[in-house]
Amino acid sequence: MAEIKTETMTVNMGPQHPSTHGVLRLVLELDGEVIQSVMPTIGYLHTGIEKTAEQKKWQQVIPLVERMDYLGAQSNSLAYALCVERMLGLEMPQRVQDIRVLIAELQRLASHLIWLGTHAMEIGAVSMLFYAIRERELLLNINELIAGFRFFPSYIRIGGLREDLPRGFHEAVNEFLDRFPTKMDEFERLLTKNDIFRRRTEGVGAISLENAYQWGLVGPIARAAGSDYDVRKYFPYCGYESYDFTVPTATEGDVYARYRVRIAEMRQSVSIAKQAISRISPAGVWACDDTRVVPPPKDKVYTEMEALIQHFLIYSQGFTVPVGDCYVPIEGPRGEHGCYVVSDGSNRPWRVKMRAPSFMAIQAIPYVVQNGLIADLVAVIGSTDVVMGDCDR
Amino acid sequence: MATTHEHGLDPELPLLTTTVERLVQWARRSAIWPAQFGLACCAIEMMAMAASRYDIARFGAEVFRGSPRQSDLMIVAGRLSRKMAPAMRRVYDQMPDPKWVISMGACASVGGVFDNYAIVQGVDQVVPVDVFVPGCPPRPEALIYGIVQLQQKIDRSRA
Amino acid sequence: MEASAIIDILQPLVPGAVFEPGRSVDFATIYVPGDRLVETCRALHDTPALDFNVLAEVTAADYLPREPRYEVVYHLLSVSKRLRLRVKVRVPSDGSLPSVQSVWKGAGWPEREVWDMFGIIFDDHGDLRRLLMPEDWEGHPARKDYPVQIRKATQTYEPLEVSEEEFKANIQRDRVKRTAH
Repeated sequence: MAEIKTETMTVNMGPQHPSTHGVLRLVLELDGEVIQSVMPTIGYLHTGIEKTAEQKKWQQVIPLVERMDYLGAQSNSLAYALCVERMLGLEMPQRVQDIRVLIAELQRLASHLIWLGTHAMEIGAVSMLFYAIRERELLLNINELIAGFRFFPSYIRIGGLREDLPRGFHEAVNEFLDRFPTKMDEFERLLTKNDIFRRRTEGVGAISLENAYQWGLVGPIARAAGSDYDVRKYFPYCGYESYDFTVPTATEGDVYARYRVRIAEMRQSVSIAKQAISRISPAGVWACDDTRVVPPPKDKVYTEMEALIQHFLIYSQGFTVPVGDCYVPIEGPRGEHGCYVVSDGSNRPWRVKMRAPSFMAIQAIPYVVQNGLIADLVAVIGSTDVVMGDCDR
Repeated sequence: MATTHEHGLDPELPLLTTTVERLVQWARRSAIWPAQFGLACCAIEMMAMAASRYDIARFGAEVFRGSPRQSDLMIVAGRLSRKMAPAMRRVYDQMPDPKWVISMGACASVGGVFDNYAIVQGVDQVVPVDVFVPGCPPRPEALIYGIVQLQQKIDRSRA
Repeated sequence: MEASAIIDILQPLVPGAVFEPGRSVDFATIYVPGDRLVETCRALHDTPALDFNVLAEVTAADYLPREPRYEVVYHLLSVSKRLRLRVKVRVPSDGSLPSVQSVWKGAGWPEREVWDMFGIIFDDHGDLRRLLMPEDWEGHPARKDYPVQIRKATQTYEPLEVSEEEFKANIQRDRVKRTAH
């Protein structure tokens, strides 16, 4: 009988591709439909944000870093603001911390909604995208309430917040939080016990806890493999130690476990947000007292001389930060999001570097999908929840 | 360049041809199918525009085709890096005529907030653009306005 | 944990190396000499007292007028001991460092990014190529003497990846394969 010669086929996925969450290029080597190896290429969205941030003053960097991880935008600016405030030695009032916790949890919900919509859409449940975006529109309405801008409010600033909460904020947030759990139940009814969804995701793309730590993955991916590491519990910031919440974990480490972990995280976020909104008074202090960093209110600027000078100095030359460096991690929607800042004592940062959880996740993808099918690759990329803006910066 | 009559009919062409031309242009602009070319944050606003609140299907852009060979519109949504520019040109070249390009957002139009070594300062250096939609990101209503402007541009032009 | 306490635990495991505690406002920082880097990282990873099993990131900073010019920074995390540590290595211009991929697998891409952005070579990395910039880019963008804004014509085509002889040979081979039985 004649021998059949086989060779592997090289297929290029991306950078423009419906299922790669942005501009990610994967060169697959296939034996039939089974993946022999994957070589990811990133850098198609490299924006040089870190180099551009060295030219801006400290406060001006906030809109730049918000555009890195564009799904959970204010988690970037929270990490950066916390880092610079640590270097300045500023203590935030309790109300500011509670508002920041509320914003962080609402951002986590918004980011997980897009994850849910796109992941389910790629697995085949196309209508999930429409449901998820519909709920996200309510969250973007809340963003618009506080700063007039849907996506990148730049509401979290160094020194506190941009300004006080608007009228109607409590009603809008409470209405959303009351309505959202029923919607979560609907989404779960669609997917969690769905036979097709389970067969596409159970046992696929499993990673053990040891491997997850070796690859530097410490977010929902590690929690789905059995870890209980959550920056909010281990290294609390913004007063998280006073909130009552649990960190959901699973043990299998596959795509279905990550899905369950993130759904449970969304429910915990709703509970934290409810606790936060009950602590926030409708009007009050929105920034710390440090006059070098926080601009004075506008009515004082127009009437008092010191306030005018202070306003002028802050907006013309900015404030200076003592020499040194600092790294502050927060629990972003994708895992440990951290900001490393180096200062040389002037009014511009010397180096700003964000630790990107998506960067580590893409690095680990070739080892997770070994000997899987292409359909599994799509499910795995969706479950790792990579955002190319975060990865390429 | 022939001038057009105030009703859009070219006086130098016979009447039947201009009516057919107007019919063809009407058909083209009522069913513009975009190719998926979401790069960064503007892509999320584009998805929001395609979703149920700001439904783009009622303007004719029914489906976002995955393959550029089956689409007529490329909405460049997001910042174009220098590494991505050849890939984008290739996607544009693969689209069949007639094709249009909307440059969505400040980064695609002029480089946006990022005036540095890594970002192309405006995608019109790579592809010819028909409509620029400013914003960072532009609201979905702004992008819909851009698409309506493109539809009016198609109406005004020769087939 | 203070930097001096960590150095006390490390010193017997890596004899002869000179560790310095660094000044920091958040968590312990130690300066490690470049030639003893892999042993130190292996010790930090393996000792049960410290157990730094996660490498959070590898990054670098360029302090241009100062010599040594670069500082490569490793952020380590110990989940079981709830500890964080910053390991800093001073690297002169045109210097190189050993790769720590043997200790943490996840160090591969961050080190590639440091090479791409700063030009610091990692010995026996195995795969030191451009990561964020295009493959044929010249220069290392994050260095302080690299300009932020450049004026460069946008490249809209990708150069052909096979040579002309290879291309002709491929066509010939396909033709032969299809016509043979």
